[in-house]
Amino acid sequence: MRITRRSFLAGTAAVAATLPFPAIAQNKPVKIGLLTVKTGPLAAGGIQMEQGTIRFMKDRNYTLAGRKVELIVADTGGNPAGTKTKTQELVERDGVDMIFGPLAAFELLAISDYTAQAKTPVLSLAAAEDMTQRRPNPYFIRASATSSQNMHPLADYAAKELKYKRVMTLADDFAFGHEQMAGFGRVFEDGGGRIAKKLWPPLVTPDYTPYIAQITGVDAVVQGFASSNPLKFMKQYRDAGLKLPVLGGGTAADDALLKSYGDEAVGMISCSFYTADLDTPSNKRLVDGMVKDYGNIPGLYAAGLYINGIVAEGALEKTGGKTDDREAFNKALRSVSLTDTPRGPLSFDHLGNVVGSFYIRRTERKGDKLVNTTIKTYPKVSQFWTYDEKWFLSQAVYSRDFPPLKS
Amino acid sequence: MSVSLLLAINSITLGGLLFLLSAGFSLIFGLMKIPNLTHGSFFMLGAYLSTTLIARGFDFWTAALVAGVLVAVFGTIVERLILRRLAGAELAQVLVTLGLSFMIADVCLMVWTGDPIRIDTPAALRGTTSVMGLGFPIYRLAVSLIAVVFAAGLWGLLDRTRLGAMIRAGVDDAPMARVVGIRVSRLFTVVFGLGAWLAGFAGVIGGPILSVYPGLDQEMLPLALVVVILGGSGSLLGSFVGSFVVGFLYNFGQAMFPELAYVVLFLPMLLVLVVRPQGLFGRQAV
Repeated sequence: MRITRRSFLAGTAAVAATLPFPAIAQNKPVKIGLLTVKTGPLAAGGIQMEQGTIRFMKDRNYTLAGRKVELIVADTGGNPAGTKTKTQELVERDGVDMIFGPLAAFELLAISDYTAQAKTPVLSLAAAEDMTQRRPNPYFIRASATSSQNMHPLADYAAKELKYKRVMTLADDFAFGHEQMAGFGRVFEDGGGRIAKKLWPPLVTPDYTPYIAQITGVDAVVQGFASSNPLKFMKQYRDAGLKLPVLGGGTAADDALLKSYGDEAVGMISCSFYTADLDTPSNKRLVDGMVKDYGNIPGLYAAGLYINGIVAEGALEKTGGKTDDREAFNKALRSVSLTDTPRGPLSFDHLGNVVGSFYIRRTERKGDKLVNTTIKTYPKVSQFWTYDEKWFLSQAVYSRDFPPLKS
Repeated sequence: MSVSLLLAINSITLGGLLFLLSAGFSLIFGLMKIPNLTHGSFFMLGAYLSTTLIARGFDFWTAALVAGVLVAVFGTIVERLILRRLAGAELAQVLVTLGLSFMIADVCLMVWTGDPIRIDTPAALRGTTSVMGLGFPIYRLAVSLIAVVFAAGLWGLLDRTRLGAMIRAGVDDAPMARVVGIRVSRLFTVVFGLGAWLAGFAGVIGGPILSVYPGLDQEMLPLALVVVILGGSGSLLGSFVGSFVVGFLYNFGQAMFPELAYVVLFLPMLLVLVVRPQGLFGRQAV
């Protein structure tokens, strides 16, 4: 079920007409704009973002800190120009108090300056490192993870617990892939391991066999693919008869993607900021609600937006439901510190990025389903891992060739 | 050495899949001069339809044939109702087929959601076989075999039957074919349907390798274009050779010059366009 602005307004009007509402409900509603992608190749994640948002609003009966919420969903089409247009509509025509989304880093970069000038807080999953590092936007808050924030703990686990010495990495040849593998490489090599080779298949690669054929002489393979690519890669990897263990980031074995996988995914070790098997009251509510409404467990896109909702609620409670003073509201958002969210406890650093738990999971078969089982939790992981923030920021941003391999 | 051998075998299997995809494209372009930009969508639609058919209990091969037929029916309708009216208007054809491909993508998104869907490899062809001491998936070898069988079948159709003779006449000189009493417009429908069937069928056959997801259409279309431009439009032999050339370029290009993967793939196409615009096996336009 989709809730458009019009049907939502009609619905609330009908309810208001029949129920004696307390005085507070007559305040004008908090307006939240959701920038998501509902068409094109990125739509899978975008649709889940919308589902997670709507699930949260339903759980709160569209009321946060005593104020009604009006949710306005905009489809960016998955491109920067569309994102810019929709953002301007949300800010100038609809006058939203905050924006959830967008999905992709290139969408976020297109609106970052504009939203900062308009003093509109943006709560996005987009993982671009420098948004909360060397070029921070004071109105940007990320409750999910930077590209490398998943990969630092994964690399630590691979080097220290799995005791891998040499690995090969494969990731999509764009910023998200580069940043993931750079982060993995730094921590893995500092932990005594070596990266034998980094391979970068183009984002559009129908057949990964030319890359898979080059995998040799390593203990394990690390994949940092996103969208539908992890599925294609794993299938072709197992079809080629390779048995080496596979490690992956948040998007590689996302819980929502498991239903698309077959046995080729069994045994994959992944690290994510969200895991569906986390036993917290709010996560249980999220999982049950998603299964009931959409027939699938949530992955990081749905959960990420649900968590954004909880963060917004936390900030509204701090300001007593007020959003008029944008600077105060923005400050409240960043100072939110929560104990029960679907990803466990979280808070934010002074750059607006999350400090929270990350989960190492193993993909297993249970009956006719695949599930991720958490095998280790890294609590209070910051975007700088265990490195000194000053030193970390003095280094260049993670990229295809930075930091260079030690071997 | 062993990597090169593996890549070589993989080039042949990818070439096989590309042939199934591009043979129809080439015939349509050769006969009707329509650059059918919905061809990638036919491929994706076939794959999506087969996932539904398989979920309803069809076995893989029946699903492949039936999904192909459904796509062919759709293609025929598109040809009769829309493309027929745009004969000779290339710009309109490009825009209409491109627009259709977007519409098909949206409808697929609605029906099959955005989640990628995997297609199981048929049970008999699972596992790997040993080719000169190297593991290689059996299914991929089967794909190249299917492509060769289809190539032979299509060649027989075009070269040995009356219908084939009429199609060849239409490709070579449509006005003259009309003059001698061939109903070229009916040929158009037959060829468009056949091309759509091949694309839909190829989508299903490619499914166990590629799976199916939004955007698959736009990934496959450029590959079909490269094959047809390299090989020459309207030429079956051209598609056949072009497919395997692209298969080799793709595999060795991505393995040896990963940074230049697309250059390796598209540079030969540019060269052919400049030096021999009709393609390696295409005939000079009359």
